[in-house]
Amino acid sequence: MKKFASKLLMAVVAVSLCAAPAFAENIKIGAILAVTGGASFLGGPEARSLEMMVEEINAKGGINGDKIELIIKDSAASPEKAISFAKQLIEEDKVLAIIGPSTSGETMKIKNICQQAKTPLISCGAAEVIVNPVASYVFKTPQKDSFAVKKIYMEMNKLGISKIAVLAGNTGFGKAGKGQLLKIAPEFGIEVVEVEVYDKKSNDLSAVVAKIKANKDVQAVINWSIVPAQAIVPKNMRQAGWDVPLFQSHGFGNIKYVEAAGAAAEGIIFPAGRLLIADSLADDNPQKALLMAYKKNYESKFNEPASTFGGHGYDAITILAAAIAEGGNDRDKVRTAIENLKNFAGTGGVFSFSAEDHNGLDIDAFQMMTVKDGKFVAYTGK
Amino acid sequence: MTTELFIQYLMAGITYGSIYAIVAIGFNIIYNTTGIINFAQGEFVMFGGMIAITLLQFMSLPLAIASSVVITMLIGALIEICFIRWLKSPSVLRMIIITIGISILSREVAVHIWGESIRSLPYFVGNEISSVGVLGARVSPQVFWVVAASAIMVVCLGIFFKTTSVGREMRACASNRKAATLCGINTRNMVTLSFVLSAGIGALAGCVMSPITYSQYDMGTGLAIKGFTVAILGGLGSSGGAVAAGLLLGILEAFSVSVVPLAFQDAISIAILLTILFVRPQGLFGSKEAAGLSEF
Repeated sequence: MKKFASKLLMAVVAVSLCAAPAFAENIKIGAILAVTGGASFLGGPEARSLEMMVEEINAKGGINGDKIELIIKDSAASPEKAISFAKQLIEEDKVLAIIGPSTSGETMKIKNICQQAKTPLISCGAAEVIVNPVASYVFKTPQKDSFAVKKIYMEMNKLGISKIAVLAGNTGFGKAGKGQLLKIAPEFGIEVVEVEVYDKKSNDLSAVVAKIKANKDVQAVINWSIVPAQAIVPKNMRQAGWDVPLFQSHGFGNIKYVEAAGAAAEGIIFPAGRLLIADSLADDNPQKALLMAYKKNYESKFNEPASTFGGHGYDAITILAAAIAEGGNDRDKVRTAIENLKNFAGTGGVFSFSAEDHNGLDIDAFQMMTVKDGKFVAYTGK
Repeated sequence: MTTELFIQYLMAGITYGSIYAIVAIGFNIIYNTTGIINFAQGEFVMFGGMIAITLLQFMSLPLAIASSVVITMLIGALIEICFIRWLKSPSVLRMIIITIGISILSREVAVHIWGESIRSLPYFVGNEISSVGVLGARVSPQVFWVVAASAIMVVCLGIFFKTTSVGREMRACASNRKAATLCGINTRNMVTLSFVLSAGIGALAGCVMSPITYSQYDMGTGLAIKGFTVAILGGLGSSGGAVAAGLLLGILEAFSVSVVPLAFQDAISIAILLTILFVRPQGLFGSKEAAGLSEF
């Protein structure tokens, strides 16, 4: 009898343990973002977008009644910190999934950790290696570098440009971009006649601009870097009186950099997500409504212009929220739900994931843009 | 190499060189009165630029720059009074470590006040794309502001140290601190004054270079390394040496681009620093006897 009673008690305890969370469970989501440090232009807007979206989801009563608890860790773009935070989030906080890190370098350091712990990771890093080869638990929201490169080369083909100079910063982003640019150029019949790499802390590049300008074959320049060189190269080029077309990477997608380059930013051509020109999209564009809403909410809440980088964070949390609505608080089911997500409109494009494609975007996610009168507008050719 | 390209490199080199020279002069002033290298010198440059950019929202450009220089001078004084003045005969090593600490602290303060984004003052004349033709090469008008500001500062400092009594007292401290104290010179005040002066010079440099190089909370470290190289190259303590060495290093860096990949530009300046330290530690223009007398 006594034995039966204790068994009964155990059963009651077990049931209540299982059942209790079903009423009001907090779903824990971790985020590792470079809120400070050299990549804060990525991590800052990403973290703010996550906070904004989680607040919005919770205000609406959460996902299927469960509130989201967001734990943001600031990695300051340090891979070592990203590793220890990933372990901490998985083992101590037991989060359902991790969003981030902001940079590709950090993501590659924790790719295997998340895979082995079977914890879904939605990275905000751009490099293709994050999802190629595919790790079943690792996803990413930004468009692939290679698409940006191809989009630029397609535009050059249209403009009849075949000999170019490539400038790149010595950051992970710059190196990856340079590699892609050199690798893909022959596919489009483009010859890279000058290649220069500069220090990310360079503050005047007029000497190198003079050097590549001296090569009369150069018909266009591609500058692949992050701030501040994105603004310095255009300035030094225009000051030298050199007016060949200047192409920059999708990293130029923040109006602040246009302001930094001032008049020199006019006419820069670059690929980016459609967030930057949300106002001028056709009304039937599947992204338009959400882009306008995100832009408006973000800008009124944080009093700074929305950037495509914040959009990567927005996409990560909305994709995860959609997957949680489908799979609940279960890592495996959430993973499968992300993989099954099709035609999901985000800020970076329309996502259609599959077992082979953990980015879900195609080359049309990019749109060529240019700067006109200090504003981003769609590039329509010469 | 065409003349046009030659002039273009030369002008780029003179721009870098003037900036390095001003930072190096800031090092020298403090070195002369205290015998230490103030590794927070680059942060004065950063503060100068950042404060002017903030003040520009409320006042005109010349006023913003002037106020920024004054505020940075006060910061320099405050730093000296809080961290250096109360030390009783501190060792050189201890003082250097203190200045490194101040440098890190200043960067952290700056990142909390201004954030990570790059900012800049507007061009004093023209805008981002205006340029002036010099013998077929094209340079930004701001370059002339940088060069002129450096030249004026060097001349004014020369006059100040040679003709005014305060300047002479500071030089007395530099050549022999004990003897200066015995002559009734308040050496502690001279040290504070040297921090104020070098903060002011750094701040002005930070303002004139801001349109070209941008201002960012962490710009000081890189500048301090280049400025230190130039100060060593020119001979610690010598203002004229700093100018010559600054221009030399700037021009070398600019022309190096035509021979080796750009990525090695910084390697060149560090290689020069190491070579000088091994071969001629008193610098190109310093005298051996003076170097032998100094504590550091």
